Amino acid sequence: MAHLDIRGLVARYNNATVLDGIDLSIERGEIVSLIGPSGSGKSTLLRVISGLLPPRAGTVALAGETINYADRRSLRRSRDKLAIVFQQYNLFGNMNVLRNVMVAPVTIQKRDKKTVEAEACALLAKVGLADKLNAYPDELSGGQQQRVAIARALCLKPDILLLDEVTSALDPERVGEVLDTVKMLAADNMTLLIVSHEMGFVREVSHRVAFMADGKIQEMGPPAQIFGTPQQPRTQAFVSRILGH
Amino acid sequence: MLSFLIAEIPRLFTIYNVILLLKAALTTLSLSAVGCVVGLFCGFLLSLARLSQRPIFWPLKALALLYVEILRRVPFLITLMIFFFGAQVLGFNASALVIAFISTSVISTAFVAEIVRAGLRAVKPSQMEAAAVMNFSAWHTFWHVRLPQAWPLILPPVFSYFVLFIKDTALASQAGVLELTQAGKILNTKGFSASLVYATVLILYFIISYPLARFGSYLERRLGASRHSRPRRAV
Repeated sequence: MAHLDIRGLVARYNNATVLDGIDLSIERGEIVSLIGPSGSGKSTLLRVISGLLPPRAGTVALAGETINYADRRSLRRSRDKLAIVFQQYNLFGNMNVLRNVMVAPVTIQKRDKKTVEAEACALLAKVGLADKLNAYPDELSGGQQQRVAIARALCLKPDILLLDEVTSALDPERVGEVLDTVKMLAADNMTLLIVSHEMGFVREVSHRVAFMADGKIQEMGPPAQIFGTPQQPRTQAFVSRILGH
Repeated sequence: MLSFLIAEIPRLFTIYNVILLLKAALTTLSLSAVGCVVGLFCGFLLSLARLSQRPIFWPLKALALLYVEILRRVPFLITLMIFFFGAQVLGFNASALVIAFISTSVISTAFVAEIVRAGLRAVKPSQMEAAAVMNFSAWHTFWHVRLPQAWPLILPPVFSYFVLFIKDTALASQAGVLELTQAGKILNTKGFSASLVYATVLILYFIISYPLARFGSYLERRLGASRHSRPRRAV
């Protein structure tokens, strides 16, 4: 049984179709990356999965349970199992770094505060922010905020992690650190769905890569196929343009 | 002229006149305090009704919109008169002071509701989205994320409005309420120098409104108005 199973997913912003029949099946512990030009629907797919944009058609099943986005309880159950790291981080501006990471596990998941605090400190140390526990988001660089967002998502102990352009604000050294973190998560059997423009990152970390354009998955396969021998002309054009730079 | 005014000071500040002024100042203070407190509380509830997304609250939302849009566009004096004469027509036997309390509260509610709504709306939607995907309930999102970020945006205009509102309570004198402006009028008609009487009234208005303005600045600083609201607790 697929850990995340998406069938015929359609989503629209106003009257514009941004996802046009997405079929995607991800096994437990698998890392799938979505690549494609801007506006192809990659980030929208993550928004739909996490319930921020209701789908117009199609289904999303998480660990065998189809999510009913109109039903609050069903949505809550699905959100218990997944976490998302946003491209714009979306850290809570009124909370310091430690509280940003702790607030949901303590307040929403009702986990023990001391245990969560220890976990949060360990996660923040792992992403190189042990000295920033009391800093506020507006005191951090984009890369630092991104790493706090990753720590915050991981502290929720999700089964599936959705990463939206997590390397976009990072310098090359930090990209390597995030890569190591993602590899570590994969070793922990966490399922990852990654949106990225960082092709080196995608190639190294992914089990499969899906190329998206016009709201559709145009081609999907192992990184070696997508980056080495793409089958579709649009994938070929995109990959050659990206790798050419 | 100045010597005339100085000579009139002991004549004006007799015990009777001082009591009249203090009583009037107390009425102004009460009208302002009740208007501010009720306005803040009810304005807050009204703004929540206006921001509500659930269909069940839509009738309330429409009523709140109607309330705010009408009362913010009608002069304070007209509202006061409508309440004053409306109460008589309906046979509601209340004193002018009670009518003034009700009408000032009703008006401040409409203005504060709009300020609070603007403050809450100014919080980026992405903050609420982040809370939503972490399974925050509507209440948790409001309490932990939206309200702490909105307070610093709400407080400065609310306190500016309250300072203006204190001055607006002077219009209650038109309904015969013995507040500061009315006391000034009474003393002036008794033959005291208008300059001296209204200078005294001005000072009393300042004494009432200045601490409120300072308190507003203090709260802004405490809630970190220059950046974000920062609770002191870890979690």
